[in-house]
Amino acid sequence: MKVRHVQRHGEEKIELQMTPMIDIVFLMLIFFIMTFKIASPEGDFSIKMPRHAPSEGLPDDSQLPPITVRMRADSEGRLKSIWMGQRGLGNSFDALRSEVRALIGDDRGPGSFADTAEVELDCDYQLKYEYVMRAITAISGYIDPDTGRVITVIEKIKFAPPRGE
Amino acid sequence: MAAITTERGGRLMRKRFGKGASFAGGDMTPMIDMTFQLIAFFMVVINFAEADQSERIRLPDSELAKPPDSPPDFAITLQLTRDNMVIFGGEEFPIRGLPRKLLVEKQVMIETSKERTVSDATIIIRADADAQAGKVQEVIKICQDTGFEKFHLRAKQKAAEKQKG
Repeated sequence: MKVRHVQRHGEEKIELQMTPMIDIVFLMLIFFIMTFKIASPEGDFSIKMPRHAPSEGLPDDSQLPPITVRMRADSEGRLKSIWMGQRGLGNSFDALRSEVRALIGDDRGPGSFADTAEVELDCDYQLKYEYVMRAITAISGYIDPDTGRVITVIEKIKFAPPRGE
Repeated sequence: MAAITTERGGRLMRKRFGKGASFAGGDMTPMIDMTFQLIAFFMVVINFAEADQSERIRLPDSELAKPPDSPPDFAITLQLTRDNMVIFGGEEFPIRGLPRKLLVEKQVMIETSKERTVSDATIIIRADADAQAGKVQEVIKICQDTGFEKFHLRAKQKAAEKQKG
């Protein structure tokens, strides 16, 4: 509906109707409010795990065997113990991080042990995934307390074949 | 935002009706300004890419998980609930139904781009913190058997805690 105002000099002025615009604007506002979701930031751990073909045969001699981290769970899926190789670490992820750091050392250059080392996670079937993620976090690096930067320790992480249920 | 002035340039528009009756109409300008600002805010914060994030999944926390530098070329997001059900493409099904779905996805991927191979695709795994590690490994194994190699294990970013060195 247009409202026409006839001005003194005979000119006709068309006043802009705000109603349709406000209608649309409110509809948009309602749409955005309804679809709004507070999302917490997410991040990824990137792992590359190709399937080994049976024809690959024995691994190359120059390739070091992976460091095995065994995680045992109780019947409820809670973490019972962590083993790195034959060494028991209780159920402390800080101990796991310290052990991995001690093993890898501070050399981070290309071709260093840190660059080539690989960790294989061997978990009980019923272990909660939360503990797996905490283990991956402990193995893959730490935050430098001085600089606040992430220091990567081991990038190559893989899973052992799943254990029976 | 430009202010919309009334015909007479005032903040309060007084319309005169016949026989001396008058009607005081409020100025719409502040309301429209505010509404546009709200719309702008919601448009900025809305993220349609999160459409494949089920609210049923409670991701495990990790202080080292970081968003990828660039989005993967072809990503398939698989979500694993605590009841060991897979959510993929808006459908929920048990893990045994996954191979058939992945084969279809693989076919689609190959048909949409001839240059792309299965190993270029990234599988993003959003598993619930309470899901069983064995089930996550089963999902990974099914993906490996289909030919996928790259995996991103997704975690919720958490503020860094003081770690013991």
